[in-house]
Amino acid sequence: MVTAATSRWESFRSRGAALGSGGGASTVTILLLVAAAAGLLVGSLRSATFAQLTVQGLAVGAVYGSLALALVLVYRATHVINFAQGELALLTTYIAYQLIKWGFSYWEAFFATLVIAFLLGIVLETTLIRPVLQRSVIAAVIVTVGLFVLIDGVVNWIWGGDFKFMPSPFGTKIYHVGGVSIARLYIGMFVVVIICVLLVWALFRFTKLGLGMRAAALRPAEAAFVGVRVQWMLAIGWGLAALLGAVAGLMTEPSQFVLEPTLMQPILVYAFAAAVLGGLDSPAGAVVGGLLIGVSLNLVVQYGHIGAFKITSELQTPAAFAVILVVLLLKPEGLFGHRQVRRV
Amino acid sequence: MRSRIPALVSLVVVGAVLCVLPFVMSDYNLTRVTQVGIFFIAVLGLDILTGYTGQISIGHGAFMAIGGYTTALMSRDHNTNLFVTMLMAFAICFLVGLLVGLPALRLSGVYLALVTFALAVSVPLLPLKWSSFLGGRNGVQTSQDAQDLVTNRWLYGVAWAGSAILFVLAWLILRGRVGRAFRAVRDSEIAAVASGIELPVYKTLAFGISAAFAGVAGSLFVLANNGFAAPEEFGIFLSLQILIGAAVAGLGSLWGVLVGAAFIGLLPSVSSSVPVIGSAHGQDVVFGAAVILVMLLLPDGFAGLIARLRRLRRA
Repeated sequence: MVTAATSRWESFRSRGAALGSGGGASTVTILLLVAAAAGLLVGSLRSATFAQLTVQGLAVGAVYGSLALALVLVYRATHVINFAQGELALLTTYIAYQLIKWGFSYWEAFFATLVIAFLLGIVLETTLIRPVLQRSVIAAVIVTVGLFVLIDGVVNWIWGGDFKFMPSPFGTKIYHVGGVSIARLYIGMFVVVIICVLLVWALFRFTKLGLGMRAAALRPAEAAFVGVRVQWMLAIGWGLAALLGAVAGLMTEPSQFVLEPTLMQPILVYAFAAAVLGGLDSPAGAVVGGLLIGVSLNLVVQYGHIGAFKITSELQTPAAFAVILVVLLLKPEGLFGHRQVRRV
Repeated sequence: MRSRIPALVSLVVVGAVLCVLPFVMSDYNLTRVTQVGIFFIAVLGLDILTGYTGQISIGHGAFMAIGGYTTALMSRDHNTNLFVTMLMAFAICFLVGLLVGLPALRLSGVYLALVTFALAVSVPLLPLKWSSFLGGRNGVQTSQDAQDLVTNRWLYGVAWAGSAILFVLAWLILRGRVGRAFRAVRDSEIAAVASGIELPVYKTLAFGISAAFAGVAGSLFVLANNGFAAPEEFGIFLSLQILIGAAVAGLGSLWGVLVGAAFIGLLPSVSSSVPVIGSAHGQDVVFGAAVILVMLLLPDGFAGLIARLRRLRRA
């Protein structure tokens, strides 16, 4: 018995290792990504505007990626798409705003908010999602829609719909590198988001808790058999997702310069596009997808045209919608995801 | 076999009450009941998709927008008969539904939810881009003739007559071969495939029909808004409201759909003098909390509650 359990544990370990290294990414995908990176580099060397747009795109793309990663964590654990993920991020950003108003410094409020978001995620999973999830995934999705409306109402109710302003976390300094001006804000956003994403990745990859969470998500029955507390692991997964969402919300605010109740709605669509592009079950794919969506939308709005027809900023969200449709038509499993085995 | 008589009786009762209402109600209350009729059509459409096929759409507001703009544009540019524009709205939304549904519906149900959400956020942005044709932020207004024609009573009659026609249409679709296929898909996709049902075809068909119903609702929605179609009328919350209506309705019951439509149609017109739920954002709180409670406590919505009560009475 003990050896059987241990060997199952070992098989989780090896499977987890495979997931950590990017899952189903094919050589073609990797080559395409390298080519895209090379294209961006060449473009940036030739044009200062192009370089600025690329840096900006990477910063907002990292934010989309972290929200997409939150969606993917929830999807992997419970097969639910959490439509309230964006509004949850909005709520936690407002909480940070309130903490700052009460006299906390920006970074004190930042970390306090992450803790609050984590706890909020756990509470929501245990009280609202778990009871309906046993019935059907669709029922759980409808609950997240209800949560979307509820949170939006609560935010408007408490803080009102007018613009709020938060202190800038990174100052207003602008660096000049060879004719290219780069705001410190964008570097700060990128670095903060990537650090948070790497910490979450390390938690999943190197700790026993992370191993348990991967096991609970992939093979709940077997995981319970070897002593993983599956329900707890799923709840913690939701907590981590809410935490990543909070990071996304807190980093979206400085890039939009205001805090208002519809802040996260377009961001959620970009995060959906990122998650679908990367593969809905692939954490690495979500982050790469986020960066790709961020950069390409930024560039398309500046340079894109079909004949005489120019693609302008009104079409940024519809373009993300188009990305979702095209990916689902051509490569439904995304760049890094796994083909659905039970595709009936 | 269960007797059809109680169902027929309730149909006759609902029909009779609706016929009498215009003669006893004030104009203001009549417009509220008209609003319920418009939502009835949209929720009925979504119920075909959710209740019978087990898929969900978070983008029915987008189809209402497409239907509404169809009516407003045809009326503005060609002064087309409004009934013709409604048929056009039905047809166009059916086609768009097929186009949008097909890529998503080859995969599991959550993909459709995701695609339709993105659709609902995207569609209201299109008039801002093509503002010379689609009116931009200012919207599109129906022709003067159409505005003169549409009175409160006219709209009440058309909305509920439309509801009745589409209700019968839904019944005709669902009782036969197609309806059986839809239910088989909902109950077990694997078993449905094993019995020779082409899953993507039937799921997409259900989505198209459902979108077409929403399109007609959108036409009426615009007429009820003084013939005025504007992007902010069709925000994401309209889509969420209709899904909430369908969740409250539960599946496959006339009473369920009526209650769902009344819930979303009447709550926003609750007077602002009522504490908490009278304010716009209080309503969102009530909407959100209500749908969560319904999902937790009444798994099959209001329709399930009726069925449960009936069983209790019989026992």
